[in-house]
Amino acid sequence: MTPLLFLGIACAGGVGAAARFYLDGLLRSRLGGAFPFGTTIINVSGSLLLGLVTGLALNHLLAPEWSLVIGVGLLGGYTTFSTASFETVRLAQQRRYLAALANGIGMLAASVGGAALGLWAGLALG
Amino acid sequence: MDPAGASAQTARADGSYSLRRNHTGQDTIDEITPRAAHLRWRYLGLVFLGGTAGTALREALSLVLPDGRLPLTTLGINLLGALLLGLLLEALVRSGYDAGGRRSLRLLLGTGLLGGFTTYSALATDSALLLHGGEVGLALTYALGTVLLGGVATGLGIVLGAALHRHPGANG
Repeated sequence: MTPLLFLGIACAGGVGAAARFYLDGLLRSRLGGAFPFGTTIINVSGSLLLGLVTGLALNHLLAPEWSLVIGVGLLGGYTTFSTASFETVRLAQQRRYLAALANGIGMLAASVGGAALGLWAGLALG
Repeated sequence: MDPAGASAQTARADGSYSLRRNHTGQDTIDEITPRAAHLRWRYLGLVFLGGTAGTALREALSLVLPDGRLPLTTLGINLLGALLLGLLLEALVRSGYDAGGRRSLRLLLGTGLLGGFTTYSALATDSALLLHGGEVGLALTYALGTVLLGGVATGLGIVLGAALHRHPGANG
């Protein structure tokens, strides 16, 4: 890996993180903070897009360098596991067990489903 | 943005907390409305910097320890990041209002660094790839295992953060 590609991946991750911060704040101001919809929407949409990028890369429709910058960098930085896990634990601490389950398992199922859909679409385009 | 002007303002449109100079000349915090923090360039810049560093660390670890059939490097990254975020946020929330330097630290290290270090899209896509390859049991074990162990790691981090706050001298 060239230093330039590594730097490109890192900076794309910074852009993804800033986009996550912006979108989460926007959704929080519109939907309120009672349930962490922002992280769910971010992680499901990012998983769908990474599935698509991976499918396109497997099909050789996307150069490996771009799949790294977009997939590992941009979408890796955009989606987040630590915040999702923290929000789930906070919901459980507030004894909102159903909401915690939805945030933990529901987000996982929707994200894997989204990634599978994106993967299928990326592979079908070839 | 401008420290000199900040203390004269009472309610900023972007929702950040405002300072007002009282008659003794000391700054007092009037209100804290964290809602519109995402509209400030300074905060976006902090998250960008942290996210860039976090992504660089994640990619460097993936280059040193490439994922095998099971994405164990991604698993380790996500568990470590969950533990550290639990620790950071619990220590910060116990030390006072989410404002000023405390909020900058949360955005730089929490939302930025640890948010960019950990990743959900790779977890989902690697699980989808295992499913695609017909390894249903492995996919379920990996996906559910990550989320369950992540919860344990976060809880452990919160306990450590609370302990660190009670005994700040013990750990520096």
